[in-house]
Amino acid sequence: MRRAQTGGRVPLRGAAEGGLPGMVRGAFLLVVATALVACSDSGQTADRAPIVSGDVAMAGTLEGIPAHAPARFDFGTEASAARVAIWDIDVRPDGEGLPEGSGSVAQGRDVYNVHCVACHGPTGTEGPNDRLVDSEQWDDVPSTRTVGNYWPHATTLYDYIRKAMPQLTPGILSEDQVYAVIAYILWMNEIIPEDSVLDAQTLAAVVMPARDKFVVDDRVGGAGPVR
Amino acid sequence: MPRDGRTKLSRRAWITTTSGVIAAGLVKTQTDAIKLVAQEAPSDPTRVPGKLVSELGGRAPAEEPKRLVRAQTLSSSSRTPLADLMGTITPADLHFERHHAGVPDIRLEDHELLVHGMVERPMVFRMSDLMRYPQVSRIQFLECSGNGGGVYNRDRMPTEVTVQALDGLLSTSEWTGVAVSTILREVGVRRGASWILAEGSDAAVMSRSIPLDKVMEDSMLAYGQNGERIRPEQGYPLRLFNPGYEGNTSVKWLRRIEVTDQPTHTRDETSKYTDPLGDGKVRQFSLAMDAKSVITFPSYPYALPETGWWEIRGLAWSGRGRITKVEVSTDGGRTWVDAALQGPILEKSTVRFRHLFDWNGRDTVILSRATDETGYVQPTVEQLWDARGTRTSYHQNHQRAWKIARTGEVTFGLGELV
Repeated sequence: MRRAQTGGRVPLRGAAEGGLPGMVRGAFLLVVATALVACSDSGQTADRAPIVSGDVAMAGTLEGIPAHAPARFDFGTEASAARVAIWDIDVRPDGEGLPEGSGSVAQGRDVYNVHCVACHGPTGTEGPNDRLVDSEQWDDVPSTRTVGNYWPHATTLYDYIRKAMPQLTPGILSEDQVYAVIAYILWMNEIIPEDSVLDAQTLAAVVMPARDKFVVDDRVGGAGPVR
Repeated sequence: MPRDGRTKLSRRAWITTTSGVIAAGLVKTQTDAIKLVAQEAPSDPTRVPGKLVSELGGRAPAEEPKRLVRAQTLSSSSRTPLADLMGTITPADLHFERHHAGVPDIRLEDHELLVHGMVERPMVFRMSDLMRYPQVSRIQFLECSGNGGGVYNRDRMPTEVTVQALDGLLSTSEWTGVAVSTILREVGVRRGASWILAEGSDAAVMSRSIPLDKVMEDSMLAYGQNGERIRPEQGYPLRLFNPGYEGNTSVKWLRRIEVTDQPTHTRDETSKYTDPLGDGKVRQFSLAMDAKSVITFPSYPYALPETGWWEIRGLAWSGRGRITKVEVSTDGGRTWVDAALQGPILEKSTVRFRHLFDWNGRDTVILSRATDETGYVQPTVEQLWDARGTRTSYHQNHQRAWKIARTGEVTFGLGELV
């Protein structure tokens, strides 16, 4: 349903409709887009000055770009803020990208028992697909890799469930339902209390038990010790 | 040799037959007659005309290389038959698969790539736009970081396992597309940007964070594979290709790139594709594929039929650059000799290695180990276990071994050495 309603030449799943009716939301985004274009036309502020990519990340010539190439080819089309908003649905650990809305553990139990239980089992431990629940923590190595003892960020649940779950009907859950089912999963893992309600602020504030176990890759190649 | 059950006919008999069926009205044209003759598998191909040209070729009927499919589930994989292949290029229809929610059905003319985030001009590109940008092609490998994950545990060391089942999540193609740097140059990256998020338009909306330095260095928006459009299983019509990085980061069916100042910590870079190290820590963003080699011949289930000269053959590759050396041991790792490397030796690509071996009929274990241009030497399994423990299945690039028994039978031989 959501796919069909995104309309036009953007047939794939994107940002949820949220609380605003489609027409109103579209008009709102159009205003934002217009405002952004206006800002852009009025010149650049110092901290947003455009710089060419080569200065950011690499020295030397760019592969495939001959010396006589123009600064810009301009073969694509500029994306409006409204267009970006349709697909810009990722969620980061600081909460950036979390939508409006909220959901409780109790509401999440109902969502889970309709949409999740068949693949993840009545208590999130039975499968047949990924085990979700294990509140036992570990010292040296994990015996399971569940939300409760392995996932470092609670926000990842929102990012993933909204994009990919339920497996056979991805995108079917409302924004409130996603918050609710995350609350239920976190409660089953003994991370939040049973009376919890999650929203953009409270979800981003959840500290996962495994958060500090993750370290960035230290392998560097070379003849040194195996890492 | 005539095929079983077929009657060997003389040329005269064929002519008589074809003339007869034309006369009888069973076939109407010379073309039909030739087809009929060809179908009958003549004993001497110099004595009957061959098949006519065709719009689409196919393999010889007896050649049936196949991917190994482990499970028919939405999130599954199939593996390249490495032992059946020669050289380094993987035929596109045998390239390994790893999907997280099946293969989406995408029309070329509908597909769009959105590039936004910390950029000066957010833009949408259709495939016709991307095709018009300056093009690049490179022959490079793609390997799933779960490749070889079946041999990370001392207690579960297999013997009767094929190189396809063990290491078939590896393929090599000539990839063609537009450099990511070309597109980022077009949209203008803002100061402070350090990562991108790449997102696919499959039913998992699979997404990964990749360092901006990497994609500016050599990543590609690939639309071609071995001379044709990328196949649906490899991301049609557009995939990200990150040379030398774990395959999962080369997001298929690519629809969105967001330029960011931090990784997004998606599900596939937190709960999956991370490596518990045995000391309470979990390695994250272990992106580069370390140097590795595998012997593809002889390997299970092949059996050497006789003693004498046999050529040990295999593949070596490194995600950090070029392979500089491959050594082979035919005595269980006690002594090593340099194998011959088949050029050209390309960066972040597979190299074919060969070593001529005079098998004297005794039990032995053969191994290979690769060295890349950084000086990194493919470690032993003990070295890898010492460094990372035995509870991580990703990035298992340790030396592989095959045991050759007196009977000539070949089995996976790592269990002989640990």
